[in-house]
Amino acid sequence: MMSIDIKPTFFQPLLIARAAFLLATFLPAANITLADDPAAASTLVTTRADGEVTAELDPRLEEAERRRIAAVERALPATVSIFVPGGGGGGSGVLISPDGYALTNFHVSSPAGNYMRCGLSDGRIYDAVIIGIDPVGDLALIRLLGRNDFPYAEMADSRKAQVGHWCLVIGNPFLLATNLQPTVTWGILSGVGRYQYPSGTLLEYADCLQTDASINPGNSGGPLFDDSGRLLGIVGRASFEKRGRVNVGVGYAISINQAKNFLGDFHSGRILDHATLGATVATDPDGGARVSNILDSSDAYRRGLRYGHTVVEIDGRSVNTANEVQNVLATLPPQWRVPLVYMDRGQRKSTLVRLANLHGSDELLAKMAAALPPPPPAPEPPKEPDSQDNHSGQQDNDNGDEAKPDGDKKLLPKPRQPRGGDGGVKNVEIPPAVAAVFEARRGFANYFPNRIKQQEMLVNLRGQFPTWHADATAGAAQQPASPVWKIEGKTVNDQSLAVRLVISDDAFEMTMGDKTITATSRSELYDAISSTNVSGILACLDAWRSLLLRGTDGFGECFYRGQVPLLGQRPLLDCLIGVSGELEATWLVHPESTALEAIEMTADRDDDPAELHITWSDDRSQHPTHLELRYGTSSVLKLTIDAWEITAKGEAK
Amino acid sequence: MISSGMRLFSSAHRYGSVRTCVVSISFLFVVLVGIPSSLFPSAAAYETNLGVLVRQAQRAAVKVYGAGGGGLVAYQSGFLVSPSGHVATAWSYVLDVEPVVVLDDGRRFNATIVGFEPKLELAVLKIEADELPYLELAAEISELAEPILAVSNLFGIASGDEPASVMQGTVSSITRLDARRGIFKTPYTGTVLILDLVANNPGAAGGAVVASDGRAIGMLGKELRDASAGVWLNYALPSSALREAIGNIVAGRAVVTTEPETPMLPRDQSHHPDTLGMSLIPNVLENTPAFVDRVIPASAAARADVRADDLVLLVGNVRIDSQRTLIDSLRRIDRRDSVVMTLQRGVQIVSVTLMP
Repeated sequence: MMSIDIKPTFFQPLLIARAAFLLATFLPAANITLADDPAAASTLVTTRADGEVTAELDPRLEEAERRRIAAVERALPATVSIFVPGGGGGGSGVLISPDGYALTNFHVSSPAGNYMRCGLSDGRIYDAVIIGIDPVGDLALIRLLGRNDFPYAEMADSRKAQVGHWCLVIGNPFLLATNLQPTVTWGILSGVGRYQYPSGTLLEYADCLQTDASINPGNSGGPLFDDSGRLLGIVGRASFEKRGRVNVGVGYAISINQAKNFLGDFHSGRILDHATLGATVATDPDGGARVSNILDSSDAYRRGLRYGHTVVEIDGRSVNTANEVQNVLATLPPQWRVPLVYMDRGQRKSTLVRLANLHGSDELLAKMAAALPPPPPAPEPPKEPDSQDNHSGQQDNDNGDEAKPDGDKKLLPKPRQPRGGDGGVKNVEIPPAVAAVFEARRGFANYFPNRIKQQEMLVNLRGQFPTWHADATAGAAQQPASPVWKIEGKTVNDQSLAVRLVISDDAFEMTMGDKTITATSRSELYDAISSTNVSGILACLDAWRSLLLRGTDGFGECFYRGQVPLLGQRPLLDCLIGVSGELEATWLVHPESTALEAIEMTADRDDDPAELHITWSDDRSQHPTHLELRYGTSSVLKLTIDAWEITAKGEAK
Repeated sequence: MISSGMRLFSSAHRYGSVRTCVVSISFLFVVLVGIPSSLFPSAAAYETNLGVLVRQAQRAAVKVYGAGGGGLVAYQSGFLVSPSGHVATAWSYVLDVEPVVVLDDGRRFNATIVGFEPKLELAVLKIEADELPYLELAAEISELAEPILAVSNLFGIASGDEPASVMQGTVSSITRLDARRGIFKTPYTGTVLILDLVANNPGAAGGAVVASDGRAIGMLGKELRDASAGVWLNYALPSSALREAIGNIVAGRAVVTTEPETPMLPRDQSHHPDTLGMSLIPNVLENTPAFVDRVIPASAAARADVRADDLVLLVGNVRIDSQRTLIDSLRRIDRRDSVVMTLQRGVQIVSVTLMP
């Protein structure tokens, strides 16, 4: 039995009784057995002669209370109190990795722009830089600087959360945490899988969690934890109405599973968009999500989805209403390819669909700028020599401004020295440590992490086959100035045709059996992809060769997109994009093994790309064992590779 | 969302303002703090797992859609009180049109109003369905500090087959509001359960307050705001007060109707508002509420103390939803017979008998 000595005030007997009672009746842990004897769970509150009030708790209540204390202790250190430098407001956040990555709301990070100050419950303040933003999903990834051993929250599976589960919200309501001690509130999940319509033009909360734990302004961006202190979601919205901007018992958190889906994309530093199926659905009065409209340019249309069909499953989740469809779609990043199951006149059909971007890139930037509150008035900063192309540091204004000159499309890097904050905090000095990891660029919240990731991926790709000097027959330790790839293999089918592929700078050749296809320009490769020809394999190999040979500079535009599933399957693969003329190349790399698993070549966004799937043996210094070319959901060519030679140009073999 | 009729008149507009002393909600805590002798419910309560309890409550909760507009939401909450489709809900403007009831499983029904008790702000709806999950109403008055769940469709968050929202808290006070009449504009004068959770939001009225044994101990009331302090009240009408009225309606003993069975009489043999001495406000809408505009001195209405601004709710057991139904129901009463009417006067409900 635990004894609590408390001062005898008028309220405390009630409070103790209430806490004990709550726990006794709604025991948070389902595995605590409940006795038949009510007296066994009683709490004795006695008042001694000297006026001291003593309460003795039942061991089960004590245990439940201990669990709750443990959950708070576990969750508290990872909670971040965010303050906009210069007194421009703030909010909450939560650390998700020891190297300082933290999630918050877009609407918390956006007034701060590139740089914010973050307090942890250990009483220390850290500088943080913006990494990636998602204005539609209202999430942002920031990075706290200065440590590699930050406390961080363990992520739960928010799909498993159920109504009635106890939960806790920790954060910085009303910016009370000026002493860096966040506020803890406790409640239950009032609803799961909630869909909340877009507020304004952009922000949409889908598949979110609803709680009655107190949520007030300033809790935004902060964590919602389960009853053992694992991260369930990011708090961001409440039903504020006529009672003013205070808790009304209804707060919403973006599910952590949504954040997990977007995490790879956040690390790209991009301004993220959301996805669309290219079709709208309506809840049928007889049940089911029926297609009410579909774009014939959408991948869903190419995969056979039509008006009147009923969507029954997306990404492995069953859907019965329009809200449920949107609940799934709005939590998936665009360009993801996910399994789709639909009913076509009573027939169940399974396929894979590639989700499209919800917005055009200019449209997203314009909407984002429009959705933000106008910056508070502030004195103009003193004019500096570079001030004409270095806008206010606020991301959204930044991009809004930059949207004007069309000549800026090539994404020329901005000057490296950023300027902090928005209108209200224009004069805030950006610390050098933050400036060193920030790089402004149109379409990006911070280009710096993207550049680092591109370099890292390139190094990894060059470190595996085909490494130039690994080709002993070339007799040189150095790479040929213009290497030629000669690949020999056989088709994997009954015919077992011999196939020979030759890739050089300006000549592409494919021989299969007794037929030879040659191309001398990339526009011919473009046509091969458009006509879903087997020679599309040449385009994929050409892109691979170009990347290894010339690096990311060999493309007009090159960037790390984030992570996507391959053929609708996990794990998510790192995704590098290179655009060259009208062709867009995508390299898909396993994040842990760094194996190149596929190359996709997109000729026209409205057509299926050519996909080259690569199978390796365990030794990736040796050539791949198989190559497979796919368009849409069909395989058009499957090869066993016998030889893969790299020679200098013109060298006869 | 269900298409909804527009509410053009609100009886709230006609409430007079009554000045009373300022009493804040926190005052109630001070008055009623203390430990009841038996803090803990029966053993059965302990076997109730919270998750099971939540689902049980959600399955009996319904969404009610009806009239709204002009800043008033067109939905509220309710809960099943019988397996054969009786729904307890709040008597409100939402029921100015025939309501639609959506069950937890997403099934949608056109409901009829089978009974209402203006003094309790209670209405009972009926849908044509059987073997439904329902909540039993507790007979005894709740206990202070009783832990509860509140289940409602507040803010209309759930739609279709999405389950209602669930909140948790305790009964923090059991008190009467009538001592503070005019502060809280409600005709209800009985005991209320004051809740320590922000339960009474738009659309929450009619929601169930469920105790740890799974029984309903109350129904969330309509939004009430302390007129002088501006504080919103979180409260429920206790099941002990609602039980009898609901029981009578479910048993068919206190049913109201809008379709009287008695035949229409010739004009010169039946009653009419004018012949009773009460002239109504101008009938300019399809469903103009039956508000009394003026009472003729020395008339039957005047003798029964009918007053200007009274709203006619019932004639006998016929629910009056417009001037049309009032005139129609009076046409079915012999001019020589007396007329029993239920009126809403400000926040009061009064019953009058008009003798010809």
